[in-house]
Amino acid sequence: MHVGLEHYLAVSFLLFSLGLLGVILRRNLLVIYMSLELMLNAANLALVSFSRFNNKLDGQVLVFFIITVAAAEVAVGLALIVALHRKRQSAHVEDLTSMKL
Amino acid sequence: MEAINNLLGGSAVPDVLFYVFAALTLLCGVLVIANPFSRNPVTSAMFLVLTIISMAGLFVLLHAFFLAAVQILVYAGAVIVLFLFVIMLLDLKEEERRKIKFFGLVAGLISVGGIAAIFFKSLSAVHPAGDSAGPSLEGETYALGKLLFTEYTLPFEIVSVLLLVAMIGVILLSKKNLE
Repeated sequence: MHVGLEHYLAVSFLLFSLGLLGVILRRNLLVIYMSLELMLNAANLALVSFSRFNNKLDGQVLVFFIITVAAAEVAVGLALIVALHRKRQSAHVEDLTSMKL
Repeated sequence: MEAINNLLGGSAVPDVLFYVFAALTLLCGVLVIANPFSRNPVTSAMFLVLTIISMAGLFVLLHAFFLAAVQILVYAGAVIVLFLFVIMLLDLKEEERRKIKFFGLVAGLISVGGIAAIFFKSLSAVHPAGDSAGPSLEGETYALGKLLFTEYTLPFEIVSVLLLVAMIGVILLSKKNLE
């Protein structure tokens, strides 16, 4: 069977689900962050395949911006994690309960 | 470039390569979030590198050569190094196996099911415009750069401001005593 748009979208969907499950189920802040990266990459893959199969470059430009924003987001997020670890000596979501009802 | 184009020109080779790279991406993705052998964040980071590299392979199959290069440079080069640096800085112990909460599992499965429903519903509506002639788009640096600096100049400038803001924010956050 010839590989088409649906195949790439299926891979993207599976990768996004993996990232979502990782965010919800894992307890380590760093691993949650990596799962977020997985989700962003899944979106990138979908955009690149849309761009390829619609013969428009705009999707790739959008992916370019997403990569930039993801890099900035990782930098800020990891700085936050480091600051948090300094205050609480923990990188576990279950130890961060000050906003719990 | 010519060699890659010749390789991608045929029909059978890219299809096989797609399945190889897709399987590699998904396998390493699973190992990022749930590694049965190790709970160490370093292992997760290493498998994230493999996921990203195989995804760059998928980008090459989609003729997005520039983005494949950027993907490897930015993600495997910068982001993962940042992750490993923070892991080293925090000196994390191996995460002990905590019981997965029932509520969390149910919430995760429900949300994945919702996304799956949307995915399968919208899949039937997908009809690519370039289907009749077949995809002919080349993600060349020249065309991408031209588009970036003509149509997308304003977002480009805004992203540069965003990077500046992120940089200042990170410097502030990593100060010893946050005022």
